[in-house]
Amino acid sequence: MISKRIIPCLDVKDGRVVKGVNFKGLNDVSSPVELARYYSENGADELVFYDITASAEGRKLFTDILVESASQIFIPLTVGGGINTVDDFDRVLKCGADKVSVNSGAIKNPNLIYEAAKKYGSQCVVISADVKRVDGKFTVFAKGGRENTGLDALKWIKKCVDLGAGEVVLNSIDTDGVKQGFDLEMLEAVCELVNVPVIASGGAGKESDFIELFKTLPKVDAGLAASIFHFGEVQIPHLKETLAKENILVRR
Amino acid sequence: MIAIVDYGVGNLFSLKSSFSFIGEDVVVTGDADTIRKSDKIILPGVGAFEDAARKLKESGLGTVVMEEAKKGKPLLGICLGMQLLFEKSYEFGTHEGLGLIKGEIIPIKNTTGTLKIPHMGWNNLIFPKNRPVCPIFKYIKEGDSVYFVHSFYGASCDKSVAALAEYGELLTAAVWDGNVYGTQFHPEKSGKVGLNILKAFCEL
Repeated sequence: MISKRIIPCLDVKDGRVVKGVNFKGLNDVSSPVELARYYSENGADELVFYDITASAEGRKLFTDILVESASQIFIPLTVGGGINTVDDFDRVLKCGADKVSVNSGAIKNPNLIYEAAKKYGSQCVVISADVKRVDGKFTVFAKGGRENTGLDALKWIKKCVDLGAGEVVLNSIDTDGVKQGFDLEMLEAVCELVNVPVIASGGAGKESDFIELFKTLPKVDAGLAASIFHFGEVQIPHLKETLAKENILVRR
Repeated sequence: MIAIVDYGVGNLFSLKSSFSFIGEDVVVTGDADTIRKSDKIILPGVGAFEDAARKLKESGLGTVVMEEAKKGKPLLGICLGMQLLFEKSYEFGTHEGLGLIKGEIIPIKNTTGTLKIPHMGWNNLIFPKNRPVCPIFKYIKEGDSVYFVHSFYGASCDKSVAALAEYGELLTAAVWDGNVYGTQFHPEKSGKVGLNILKAFCEL
């Protein structure tokens, strides 16, 4: 059967990884290529590169990094950030991305999902949703969690999947950064709603959070995190050993 | 020299990079002569069977690949490229393939209705007991994980099965008949295991 995926996310700004990292054996801790290679050799099942650059120069640097990574890292690569048009899909796919994740760009123009899925296939289109409870309702936020769109998150995610999105990254703003575990309530609501892979994001602080995630919600396909991996608080090979001991299927 | 057949389907960046990475002389080409002069052929492919089969036929490259394979040149089909080696596919209609592997392409059944389709992610390989280990798997072992993305799979090809993967039922993960090989999974996205499969193919 398919194993549960562990996915580190690299936020890249102006060609460097943001959020410090402290790995032994890494000469340049803010080099996205070095960090990506480190992860791919140390148990990551997939990598997400998130482009948080605003400038055109930064964007060029980002695609250069993507090309360099994709020429030496042979696991699936997902790219997000600044994806607003089908041309943006084309740009990153040509640089070696396998999947492209859309967020604010799809909120502005939901048809982007349909157009991209038609051209590249659903397996290529990932909807990334930043969700927060507002008056007890799951609500979609845009622009990196800064702007309340007023959209009902469950309706929005269902709509994206109906338009052709082949995977959902659910990032809970409520649990993000708190390190007290994934947002199981929110994840369960989404898993009940769609029949495409769901990736949990936001809230992981320790190994047991991943055990709890996969045990409580067997429908969740993957766990994504950034700083706990970057800071070495959770080491992926050790995490996978722990998950395997708990009879959770992982690639080793 | 390894020739990756470029017939206008899919993104060949990672595939080309993976051969370069293991030190192989590789070219992405739509030129019949280059394919004829190559030592080994890779038939890639993503997307819909019908569209790919049509492009392969219209470009004349399907005929070149068949002729070269029948001469004994090692051929490896990857993902949809593997499916195109089969006799026919039932993906949205009935479509003819190259017929180098006996069998047909059918949808993943999902009898319980609980499986997510496509079959996407890392799954472990099961080797059939009634054949020797396929030569392209000489550097890997049963149980190793590889990366899949597909909704259809090869069936009625028992004699050619080189590996299986369990997803609700047993799916054909790889085929092998003489000098013709195919993987349903993506070796170029399967980490070290995948690179070791490509390396073994290059050494044939």
